[in-house]
Amino acid sequence: MSTTESATTSESPTPAGGRAQRGPGRAGLPSWVPGAASALVWGAGQLINRQVGKAAFFFGFFAGAIVTEIATGNYYSGMEFSPRGNGGFFAKGLWGLVTLGTQPREMTLTGLTEGDNSIVLMANGLIAILTMALLAILWIWGVRDAVRYRRTLNAGGDRVTSRDYFQRLWDGAFAYIALSPGLVLIVFMSVLPVLFGILVAFTDYNRDNLPPKNLVSWVGFDNFATVFSVPSWAGTFLGVLTWTFVWAVLATAMTYIAGMLQAVLLANKKVRFPRVWRSIFLLPWAVPGIVSALVFRSMFNGQFGPISQFLVDIGLTDERIYWFTDPSSPNLARGVALLVNLWLGFPFFMALVGGVLANIPDSYYEAARIDGAGPLQQFRYITFPVVQRVVSPLLILAFVSNFNNFGLIYFLTEGGPDNVDYRFAGSTDLLVTWLFKLTLDNRLYNIGAVMSLIVFFIVGTISVWNLNRSKAIREL
Amino acid sequence: MTATTRNEPGPPATRQKRPRRGDAEGRQRLRDGTAGLFIHIELAIVAFIVVFPLLWVVGSSLGPGGGLANATPIPENASLDNYVHLFTQTDYGRWYLNSLYVATLNMVGSVILSALCGYVFARIRFRGRKVSMLGILILQMFPSFLTAIAVYMLFLNFGLLDSLTGLALVSIAAALPYNTWLMKGYTDNLPASLDEAAAIDGAGRITIFRKIVLPLMRPMLTFVAITQFTIPWMDFILPRLLLQSQDKQTVALGLFQLITNQYLNDFTTFAAGAVVLAVPITILYIVLQRHLVTGAMAGAEKG
Repeated sequence: MSTTESATTSESPTPAGGRAQRGPGRAGLPSWVPGAASALVWGAGQLINRQVGKAAFFFGFFAGAIVTEIATGNYYSGMEFSPRGNGGFFAKGLWGLVTLGTQPREMTLTGLTEGDNSIVLMANGLIAILTMALLAILWIWGVRDAVRYRRTLNAGGDRVTSRDYFQRLWDGAFAYIALSPGLVLIVFMSVLPVLFGILVAFTDYNRDNLPPKNLVSWVGFDNFATVFSVPSWAGTFLGVLTWTFVWAVLATAMTYIAGMLQAVLLANKKVRFPRVWRSIFLLPWAVPGIVSALVFRSMFNGQFGPISQFLVDIGLTDERIYWFTDPSSPNLARGVALLVNLWLGFPFFMALVGGVLANIPDSYYEAARIDGAGPLQQFRYITFPVVQRVVSPLLILAFVSNFNNFGLIYFLTEGGPDNVDYRFAGSTDLLVTWLFKLTLDNRLYNIGAVMSLIVFFIVGTISVWNLNRSKAIREL
Repeated sequence: MTATTRNEPGPPATRQKRPRRGDAEGRQRLRDGTAGLFIHIELAIVAFIVVFPLLWVVGSSLGPGGGLANATPIPENASLDNYVHLFTQTDYGRWYLNSLYVATLNMVGSVILSALCGYVFARIRFRGRKVSMLGILILQMFPSFLTAIAVYMLFLNFGLLDSLTGLALVSIAAALPYNTWLMKGYTDNLPASLDEAAAIDGAGRITIFRKIVLPLMRPMLTFVAITQFTIPWMDFILPRLLLQSQDKQTVALGLFQLITNQYLNDFTTFAAGAVVLAVPITILYIVLQRHLVTGAMAGAEKG
């Protein structure tokens, strides 16, 4: 390889010779010719450019893809081609993604036939498409490389041997090699499922239509139409969505205000043993959320819980209160859930605000006192603005995490109390817990996928808005 | 970020400079005294509300075995019967080991991958860097349980469900974009002159990473390690979706089972299980609180 290339190098005009003296022939080829050649047969353009090593590199991928297709398929001469019967990795993958299978599993005299599993076909199709996308990047790279190299040659540039090219590439490739394990994991465990989830929203994959017994098919926007226009679904959706927003706003505001209040009190110089108090107040943050939520669930148990019992004992109520299971008082359950969330959430903001307070110079307050500002004014004009500026990005994050606060609601109330007007949802259900019930308990995968998209859309909008304000995007 | 590293409530209060004028001073001191009293009353009430549920569950776990109605914050004849019952009559030990396995794998995998990716994004300019970082930002917004549901459908059809290693891999992948973002942000703030000096001395990328950047990243490594170690103990959705057989459950799933299935007659066993789960994590969080709060701040600043 290197000998041929060094030979061609000597052929090429020396810099001293200049452009005009360059002879006709291959060197004067228009730059689109190798490009077109590479587009048809990968590496052909590089071969025309006399870069054998590079040509072999690109052709290797080309050949590899074709061999994969033939080896995984069922190709033989004289066949009648059908993607289902003969297609390989790519052909059958694409066919499966488009049709989602044509023959369900059936009972025949010889037993169960091998039917098409629509979901497996869909996933395989996605993998085929992802692979083809990677190959497409290589293809574009090959074509552009052939054109560019020819253009530099025509402009009188120096020849570059394949070995030099790959040497340079290898030095620059550390980034890609280091990233590849993470990338592979993310592609298969995050990107692929996300794409798959999006596709399921457009199918009729649910408990009445489970593969491999039945075939799943594409239904377009029917599921979206169901969620938004069938009254019972739309009613549930609107109700749950409204409560989710109310919940997220109130939960965030309450924890923030209580946390700030507590931090300001603790920062007061009259407090003795501030560290001890602080550690006590941090407990709800440190105890695993699932444990706290389940403990509160038991404390607020209607029949045997100690809080109901206590209220009866002191004579405040005549009978036990069914906090989370009484359908006639959904707002009671909602209020208690908010209070429990307050218990769980205020310590984090307290720690945060405490950190900020410790860094506000005493001189600010001294100056304010000299100007005659009272404690309230000091809080209003010094403490609050400083804290607000530092904490506001975290407030957005807290809003998003409350919006998706699966743990608290599911463990505390399981979405209860029941709501007869709702489909598969209770009065305290958030979008995420409803989504979870739809998918896991009721196996309505398609509706669940639609809900996922809606949640993602809402959360994504908030995050993008937040991102735009922060410095993160500018630092890209 | 540096501003919040010192979030201890300062050294003991410097004495307040009050105007020292006989009568006024006395009134001032009286007002201070009552204000201080009220503050302490408030603190005590909040402390009671905070501590009571925890005391109640600890007390129940030590009290006589049985249902919810027997639960008391201060049991009369404390015993460890419930703990013995927990480890002999339920699969708690098995669940605990499962969680430990997933947590360890999740921690090690997350720390290694996110440190490497964060370093590359912070220090190397390569083609596709901007696109990949934008992709990471978008993926990080996608709530992980949404992916989890899709992962569940995929695993269900390919027969991959019920694997603890699979669960750990999914957890690593779910948290990787965010952790990479944290690591990248932290590495951005480290002085690049050290790397450059080492590069001039002929150190390769790997050597620079291992010998110079990695030791400097330690605070952020600690943060990611703690959070990724503790998450699998508390996570419910992913294991609930991906694990099925009885001997593959994690602690969180097991506790939920204890309280929902055998609710009324076995609350004290649940209480014992909750205490065994909560105590190590609580101690870890209280001891490392400064790290954790600082880390969370850093994450927010970076979007």
